[in-house]
Amino acid sequence: MVPAAKTDAVWRAEDTTPTAIEAALRALMTESRSRSQSYVPARSLNLVCIVDEDYSGEVANRLRGVGRFAASRTVVCAVSPRHRTLDAVATIAVPTDTEEGVHAPMRETVVLDVGPQHLRQLATIIDPLVITDVPTVVWSPHGHSDALDALLGLAQVVLVDSVDEPEPADAVARLRELMDRTYVVDLAWLRTTPWRERIAATFDPEKLRPDLRLISNLVVRHHPDSAIAGLLFVGWLASRLDWELGPLRVDGAGARTGRAHTRRQDVQLRLQADRTMTVRGLAGVEIETASGRWLRLDRGAGGLRARYRGPRQNDREWTIMGASRGEPGILGEGIRQALLRDATYRPALLRASELV
Amino acid sequence: MTEPLPNPLTEGLERLPVHPTALVIFGGTGDLARRKLLPALYNLAADGALPERFHLIGVSRSELPDEEFRTQAAAAVKEFSRREADPKVLDALLAEARYISGSFDDEGMYPRLSEALDGFDAASGQQLNRAFYLSTAPEFFPVIVEALGRHDLTAHDGAEVRVIIEKPFGTTLAEAQELNRTVLSVLDESQVFRIDHYLGKETVQNMLAFRFANGMFEPLWNRNYIRNVQITASEDIGIGSRAGYYDHAGALRDLMQNHMMQLLTLLCMEPPVDFSADEIRNEKVKVLHAIQPPEPDRTIRAQYAPGVVAGREVPGYLGENGVPEDSNTETFAAVRLTVQNWRWAGVPFYLRTGKRLSRKVTEIAVTLRPVPHQAFNQEGSVGVQPNQLIFTVQPNEGVTLKLGAKIPGTRMRVRGVNMEFLYGTTFLSQSPEAYEKLIMDAMRGDATLFTRNDEVEAQWRIMDPVVQRWEAAPGPLPQYEAGTAGPAGIEQLLAGDDKWRAI
Repeated sequence: MVPAAKTDAVWRAEDTTPTAIEAALRALMTESRSRSQSYVPARSLNLVCIVDEDYSGEVANRLRGVGRFAASRTVVCAVSPRHRTLDAVATIAVPTDTEEGVHAPMRETVVLDVGPQHLRQLATIIDPLVITDVPTVVWSPHGHSDALDALLGLAQVVLVDSVDEPEPADAVARLRELMDRTYVVDLAWLRTTPWRERIAATFDPEKLRPDLRLISNLVVRHHPDSAIAGLLFVGWLASRLDWELGPLRVDGAGARTGRAHTRRQDVQLRLQADRTMTVRGLAGVEIETASGRWLRLDRGAGGLRARYRGPRQNDREWTIMGASRGEPGILGEGIRQALLRDATYRPALLRASELV
Repeated sequence: MTEPLPNPLTEGLERLPVHPTALVIFGGTGDLARRKLLPALYNLAADGALPERFHLIGVSRSELPDEEFRTQAAAAVKEFSRREADPKVLDALLAEARYISGSFDDEGMYPRLSEALDGFDAASGQQLNRAFYLSTAPEFFPVIVEALGRHDLTAHDGAEVRVIIEKPFGTTLAEAQELNRTVLSVLDESQVFRIDHYLGKETVQNMLAFRFANGMFEPLWNRNYIRNVQITASEDIGIGSRAGYYDHAGALRDLMQNHMMQLLTLLCMEPPVDFSADEIRNEKVKVLHAIQPPEPDRTIRAQYAPGVVAGREVPGYLGENGVPEDSNTETFAAVRLTVQNWRWAGVPFYLRTGKRLSRKVTEIAVTLRPVPHQAFNQEGSVGVQPNQLIFTVQPNEGVTLKLGAKIPGTRMRVRGVNMEFLYGTTFLSQSPEAYEKLIMDAMRGDATLFTRNDEVEAQWRIMDPVVQRWEAAPGPLPQYEAGTAGPAGIEQLLAGDDKWRAI
């Protein structure tokens, strides 16, 4: 259940300074606590968002949808050429459904109106505004790479959605560059999680594990804008199973095709867009092995629809349960993952880069 | 035997694969199933955490078609799930759920159950693991386990069979021993998962992380620095509609003998060699072996009398529906224990639990010895207090460290302040319900958070003499006013200058 929140205290100022904003946040916090001793400051992470002001409403909606994964302190930098001065609105929000005697976390939001002239020096504005000693995550969904670069020194994590980059090759290059400088949480990678879990589960029984070395054909279907998610999925398998990869070629049907080399045999690779898919991420995965097994997973109602054929041509079909997380859920998962470390993303990305 | 090939695809995954499983809930239409187990299964399904092939069978006495069981189960999930149910996931979870009706001692019921399980195996083309969850009245535990044995349901070629047993595991030492004998006559200990749902709570598991992942506490974690430990499980509610169960159990059996003793073992155990189920349980059992049953002057029991809770007048225990007017069942129990080993000798451990107390709280408070020399002037302040470390299990899951700090002002005055770590404000994740964690662990075969046979018996060995003594003693019991901190005279349990923490 997503906890509802209400605004408890507000402060606003024009042509202000980070020091004044930080002081105002402390005062707001004291003011809220004087209303209820149940209110306690949340201290999990800072989220710094750099957004085009014209699209800030859309980003605010996405952030509202993350529910319990909301950052402790969110600093939104709304960028517009119209802004000449640093204007700010600071708010404290508390859950609406607090129980007597149960602590209710207070979450702080600062919306800063910034102009292009502020972006290169953004670190000097943001640094005083983030809570010390909790991780800081930067998310810049509308580009502004100069601003993002300016904040890498104070952020521990960068949140990206690599499907935002139209060209997968560009996405891979930018991710590699970022990854060398900080820890990256990629929403495109998180959209592949249920698929990775299910393929891992399929081959988990001891008698099936040897078949991982016998994979002969892999088809990945994806949203037309999510080729990078497919590439990351193939990169993941390649990194886990020691496949040798080469660049994929686009065939007449627009699919990316190629081969992976393994110790036993080649694996036919095919990444194709599924134009019926309405949400970002993967639409389906199909795996065949030289031992005669075939598994196909597709998005379906209530989870993934699985179809399986064994070496004896015995067909089976079932649903692997799991609720769709939706885009707000994916963003929330991205924020949660900022507190964790996934050692498999980097190798998957590096191997995916060999495909483009 | 050669080691199986590792699965290279599982590295980095938060949810590790679980072997395809058929879960049978005995008592599938009962209160626990409706309130806890079915909602837990739904939440696991929604998270994509259940095995990719998962089948559910409910077993109960009522005559129901499969469809009606599915309808009832869906209604239970909608009512009790911690989050709103996604109809598509709920449909997928229950689409193939089966229901077998029959009393648990009906020999004809088990072949039907076996047939349903075989049907799931055939449909999935593999031998599914089988997990039998005994969510029934405790008198049926041995009945069901023995019947599973007679009907060859305790082993399954190429797959695992596990039995999950709810509490209470016996109501006396003799009963617990007898139940263990019965269970282990048909099952191996590795197949048995005795539930103590406290162990599924985050804060309880965090005690292990807190003690063994931080270097700063272990040097203090002994008789030289710790003055006393208080474990409190207080409830502001009465017995509600549970008179039938509660009047036979009482506070000591309901919470102290099992949950609170588990908390004590986690607090006192030595660092295990590793965090495998048996290494942890070995260390916990050693703690229990170091505890002697408390002498009569180190135990107190009482019943709640009418009073006022949260501004509302409430009846006393003897006035509750279904409670005999001459009942001698305690609704409050407190004991003082000592752990007689090198680390803990001489440190008093105070355990108290009760219903209709002033507040709901479950916590472990570790009070350190005071500083050896009071250098500060105490005038005008409460002065320097001993440090306390408090693990709160509910309602505000977290850890508090009480420190002395200077009061702002021109004078050097000191009072206690709190440094708090709260789960609700520090992590973004919502803690799963204890049952979600425990069901998954049982399906995975990880017994770390379940009670082993020797642990159960060792717990009973400490508390059984108290139970026997109390049952033999005539009533009426001392009373305490509902809404208070318990009966007068509980200070008698305390050693020296020790004081009870406020509830």
